[in-house]
Amino acid sequence: MSNNDNKIEDKIKLKVYRENRGQNSKSYYDSFEVPYKRWTTVLDALLYVKGYIDPSLAIRYSCRMASCGSCGMKINGIPRLACYTKISELETSTIECEPLGNFPIIRDLVTDFSLFYKHHKNIQPYIQSTESVETAAEEKTYSYNQSPQDVDKYLQFSYCIKCGLCYSACPTVGTDLRFPGPQALAQLYRYFADTRDESKNRLNIVDDRHGIWRCHFAGSCSKVCPKGVDPALGIQLLRSYMLGVSKNNKKQAEKIEVNLD
Amino acid sequence: MEIQRVLKESQIMKIHYITGIAAIFVVAIHIMMRLVVPFESSLNYDYIIANYKNIFYVLILESILVLISVHGFNGIRVILLELRQNTAWEKVITVITISSMIALIAYGTRTIILANGL
Ligand code: SF4
Ligand code: FES
Repeated sequence: MSNNDNKIEDKIKLKVYRENRGQNSKSYYDSFEVPYKRWTTVLDALLYVKGYIDPSLAIRYSCRMASCGSCGMKINGIPRLACYTKISELETSTIECEPLGNFPIIRDLVTDFSLFYKHHKNIQPYIQSTESVETAAEEKTYSYNQSPQDVDKYLQFSYCIKCGLCYSACPTVGTDLRFPGPQALAQLYRYFADTRDESKNRLNIVDDRHGIWRCHFAGSCSKVCPKGVDPALGIQLLRSYMLGVSKNNKKQAEKIEVNLD
Repeated sequence: MEIQRVLKESQIMKIHYITGIAAIFVVAIHIMMRLVVPFESSLNYDYIIANYKNIFYVLILESILVLISVHGFNGIRVILLELRQNTAWEKVITVITISSMIALIAYGTRTIILANGL
């Protein structure tokens, strides 16, 4: 065990953005000194502040393990998950926590995701099939036969936890709120590339003035994604389909009967 | 009639990319034709008028005019679209960019025709 592990009382300065839209108050930064250990995350530090120093601090979190996507915020200027960012890895003496950019602020570090979810919902994020398959008639159960290669086409995109970090980092969203944003576009690719999906209309949803063509390919979305999704890649793949550069040779998944006995 | 109703955004962008790539080739030919004579004499009045009489050169100039105008004005439309998001603004910039594009192509073509002495 190193000396570092024995040190209990290392302290870090947290500089936290404060604002309450409801009361039309002016924004300001609060500073807190927080003890930390090698494994303390920024979310732990913020919860320490909430628990022991200032209970009025507003933060949103749930799983504390980079699964629910609720604790996104700008940490030292970069959109990150607070529960997935260790203080010791940041290597700065002051840590600045601000709400995610491109989202309206509700209070302190809590932002409004309504428009983000609206864009997500708009791309019809579900498999569309002409038949109901998994629970079909005659008490038979059906399943779709997908090869590992078919799954690979969309797998990384299905890891999205809707944390909004990519949306926050996107420069086009910053100027055009009707642009669906990297998350929605990557999800559109996820369902488009899925062999179980039979939708013919999916691409038309984003083929308009404020749609997929407004991506500048800054690539910041892929840089900040905590789940290894590459939304910029999804957008470029969709575009190449729409331009006819790559052929849509998607074979529909084979429907097979599953015997549960 | 609204251009968006006539062409889908993907079709407009296809035209945008094709005109952009094609413009690189014709501008390269145009520059190379300037370089076959010493640069100063390439700007000589008589030389330029002689060029305008060359049908191959005229075709290059006309295609540069059309390709750059279509690509450039659509580029401006795309940039302006991002500034505001309301239908009135979108209609205005679509009309302005398309009419400017047509006006520039018409004026440039007129110049080429006059210089050619057709
Ligand atoms: S693509 Fe990545 S950054 Fe964007 S919402 Fe999904 S998980 Fe978050
Ligand atoms: S608390 Fe769930 S992702 Fe951070």
